[in-house]
Amino acid sequence: MSYTYESYDVVVIGAGHAGCEAALATARLGLKTLIFTVSIDSIAMMPCNPNVGGSSKGHLVREVDALGGEMGKNIDKTFIQTKMLNTSKGPAVHSLRAQADKKDYSRAMRKVLENTDNLVIKQNEVAEVIVKNKKVTGVRTISDAIYPCRAAIMCTGTYLKARCIYGDVSQYTGPNGLAAANHLTDCLLALGIEVRRFKTGTPARVDKRTIDFSKMAEQKGDTNIVPFSFTNIPEELEREQVSCWLTYTNMETHKIIMDNIDRSPLYSGNIKGTGPRYCPSIEDKVMRFADKERHQVFIEPEGNYTNEMYVGGMSSSLPEDVQYKMYHSVPGLEHATIVRNAYAIEYDCINPVQLKATLEFKNIDGFFSAGQSNGSSGYEEAAAQGIIAGINAAMKILGKKPLILDRSQAYIGVLIDDLITKGTNEPYRMMTSRAEYRLLLRQDNADLRLTKIGHDVGLIDDERYNKLLEKERLIQEETERIKNVNVGAKKDIQKILEENGSTLLQSGVTMAELIRRPELSYEKLASVDIDRPELPVDVKEQVNIAIKYEGYIERQLRQVEQFKKLENKKIPLDIDYDDVYSLRLEAKQKLKKFRPESVGQASRISGVSPADVSVLLVYLEKN
Amino acid sequence: MESDSTIAGIASGMGGGIGIIRISGSKSLEIVGKIFRTRKFVDKNGEKLKNIEWDNDYFVKKQTHTISYGFITDGSSVVDEVIVLLMKAPNSYTREDVIEIDAHGGPFVVKKILEVLLKNGARLAEPGEFTKRAFLNGRIDLSQAEAVMKIIASKSNFALDSAVKQLEGSVSSYIEDIRQELLHNLGFIEAALDDPEHYNLDEHRDDILKDIENEINKLNALIMRFNDGRMKSEGINTVIVGKPNAGKSSLMNLLLDEERAIVTNVAGTTRDIIEETVYLDNIVLNLVDTAGIHETNDLVENIGVDKAITYIEKADFIIYVVDASVPLEQADRQIINLIKNKTGVVLMNKSDLNVKLSEKDIKNKLNWDCIEFSNETKQGLRNLSEYIKNSFLHGDITFNDQVYLTSIRHKEAVEDAVRSLIQVRDTINLGMPEDFFTIDMMDAYRKLGLINGETASEDLVNKIFKDFCMGK
Repeated sequence: MSYTYESYDVVVIGAGHAGCEAALATARLGLKTLIFTVSIDSIAMMPCNPNVGGSSKGHLVREVDALGGEMGKNIDKTFIQTKMLNTSKGPAVHSLRAQADKKDYSRAMRKVLENTDNLVIKQNEVAEVIVKNKKVTGVRTISDAIYPCRAAIMCTGTYLKARCIYGDVSQYTGPNGLAAANHLTDCLLALGIEVRRFKTGTPARVDKRTIDFSKMAEQKGDTNIVPFSFTNIPEELEREQVSCWLTYTNMETHKIIMDNIDRSPLYSGNIKGTGPRYCPSIEDKVMRFADKERHQVFIEPEGNYTNEMYVGGMSSSLPEDVQYKMYHSVPGLEHATIVRNAYAIEYDCINPVQLKATLEFKNIDGFFSAGQSNGSSGYEEAAAQGIIAGINAAMKILGKKPLILDRSQAYIGVLIDDLITKGTNEPYRMMTSRAEYRLLLRQDNADLRLTKIGHDVGLIDDERYNKLLEKERLIQEETERIKNVNVGAKKDIQKILEENGSTLLQSGVTMAELIRRPELSYEKLASVDIDRPELPVDVKEQVNIAIKYEGYIERQLRQVEQFKKLENKKIPLDIDYDDVYSLRLEAKQKLKKFRPESVGQASRISGVSPADVSVLLVYLEKN
Repeated sequence: MESDSTIAGIASGMGGGIGIIRISGSKSLEIVGKIFRTRKFVDKNGEKLKNIEWDNDYFVKKQTHTISYGFITDGSSVVDEVIVLLMKAPNSYTREDVIEIDAHGGPFVVKKILEVLLKNGARLAEPGEFTKRAFLNGRIDLSQAEAVMKIIASKSNFALDSAVKQLEGSVSSYIEDIRQELLHNLGFIEAALDDPEHYNLDEHRDDILKDIENEINKLNALIMRFNDGRMKSEGINTVIVGKPNAGKSSLMNLLLDEERAIVTNVAGTTRDIIEETVYLDNIVLNLVDTAGIHETNDLVENIGVDKAITYIEKADFIIYVVDASVPLEQADRQIINLIKNKTGVVLMNKSDLNVKLSEKDIKNKLNWDCIEFSNETKQGLRNLSEYIKNSFLHGDITFNDQVYLTSIRHKEAVEDAVRSLIQVRDTINLGMPEDFFTIDMMDAYRKLGLINGETASEDLVNKIFKDFCMGK
């Protein structure tokens, strides 16, 4: 028999990376929040790779941090190796990645949740989101308890009707054998929500003691630590780092796979969900890139608490006996003991085009969705959506303006816009190539881009905000100064130029012009810049980038201006596209389905042509 | 989309007696002021500018709703004699400063004037943009605007169709090849940026630079050919056929008024195809002189004959030159077989007084009109001009006026792409990191996509996944 229990402002369903950010955001904004998890011990669990960040994902973590989220702080507390990728490339693609101690990560996040005011954690499965008159009124658990609420945020990850598969073995569980959530899908369908089935997978974990590391290349972390969170200081994060290891598959590995490909549930048709192209299983790689003689395999520690090592690059759903042969064919893994088998996991998720940019369902007031349940993949993508869904649920309840980041403001904006505008046919992964304005959306300036927004929302305190303002001031002043420093062809300058293989000066130039030379930088010219003030490292970095890449940055800014024009043309929610009668039929159908919020968004929907956009503009001007 | 720019477009259909070019926006008066001259600034033949100071503010100072007679000029040369109607804001169709230029020239001249306007700061109007402005400025109401937009929408679809059709074949595949090459490098660079522990970009800088330079050269060549092609596409493709030494080259020279083709009395001296553009009373002919068609053992000539057959297939109009001094032969029968399903006219070359062929002999085999012709007296040349002109005006010969708009767009797109690629080249030469290359490479890729009507949104991501084994 059902009974009504305590009411909350916000209920968050799921305590993974999306759910944690969402719940922390609403609770910190003063809303009474209840977070459900199928297992208290698996809060912020990392069921797949033991790292946070990486190309473009590192950007997301920093953006979450700048908005007042937790992921950056949490990985800073618990990393066991850290590395900045792409340092030989431009600043836009520098990417921070850290190996996590998985248990530490999970425990640290749990501690934060447990000690956040207004936040209650409850271990139970939500079976239903109760909707009346297209508005969320509460949730019901499988124990038939009803918790009235004003907003619900679905962060169910890969748990909905989850099924784990390898070979002939198929178990109806979530990742790592945790209980699946088998009830909510039916409720979603009853609410008229389009549900689809995606698939992803994870490689085996092997016992460290059985690995021959002498056959592998050691991959050490950086000695120079860069924190994820803008609130942390590098020196305070110093600690002993562990190594990862690199080895390769070979033709024998590939032969084992090919000989057994008919036993792979991916190819036998047993798995029907759509997998991510970014994280293909090893059998996929071998089948699709038959001419490749070897594939990389990264051996990464799962944490300091265990001997388990993650075999990155070899996710699989082949039968256990094939897995043994396959892993044993890799140099260094000849005698490896497999602790956990590799498996594929299938799960239900929603088609994200049903969401607004706030991550609220277009058709259901107060119902939000974030993370892998929206068809994305990755911890960072989940966290990014989680904080946005949390903020917007709060803004709605507080009667404030929603937070929508656009494609020119943040990777988070690109991520959400892609999901809700283009949809996705596979688990969506962030990539730097998806961001048109990536020169502006750097990981090093996420604080400059988003701290103010985090402060306006209420997740960034005044102290942090004021620090940011001070940083901005210093950057601006120093950039201005550098542009006005004239440099003559003096001896000390020529010496530095010579040392750096740079053309000697014939006549005077500005300091800025010298910094722009690829072989030089703000830092390298320090000794000849007599009036240079003492400045913090992060300020110097910004000055260097602002000067060095000024021309490119300005061009991107101009592109953004063009982009904003259409982005700022809002389309009323109640628009009747049948009324806009010169639209082409295909465009009309697409617009009716997607119901874009702005003309800019409309223009990105496939099937909407520039001519349709013109027609739409004319119509909107009139109304 | 920018409402502050000044736009120009052709307001009349092509092929009529008068072509109207409309220009609207805050810079209309200034732009037309720069290129317009009244009679006294042009020499008496209307061909050259006189060296007298002209006041560019001519239209700014002139009263609204007045008509000016004069010339449109391009640099120091005169493009055409025109009448200019001035309608200052807000008393115009768009409520902006509007100028209409009435040119009596044919499509070539009208296009040329438009090009001069674009060169001087106007932007090519989007389909329906004048109407859009009229509507946005409150000149017409929505129902009026929508009615116009509807027509424009269908028209622009048609334009797209014809553009695609026009490009089917060489140009589109040429561009597609360049796009694919760009996309491959884009995919490679982005894959390496995304998965730096897997793909390494070192040592690829020179290869990429080589590709980019190659692409710039190819596109520049295309721009030059486009200029060529544009002129052709607006003219009537006219092919001169006839057996060796029937007088084809002589006719061509008469039309061209210059000795371009080699004329001898040795049969078969026109070894290759000669193409020229000729204006007959404002109608543009793209004239092709073909090698004589007959069985030949001469390899070079054989190639010419093969080409001739291809040209005949593509021709809008054929001039069949027959030598009236000899009866129809086997070669003539071959030719008639090739051309009998086309539109054209028979030119009876009666330069030789010893006429052995009558109009009736030909009519029996080919149901075309015959015009008598003599190289020496130039008799018949005028008749030929009249005949072609009338056929064109009566619609017996047609060509598609929509090709025009799209082709200027295409040229602009290719030029934009070249600008982006030059930026990439500069970036590489500056020693910038690879992630800076792709910003402008992607730009070039998108611009070229406009030509083939393709959007780029997911291409790159798909390419990365297709060609590069990514991820963990």
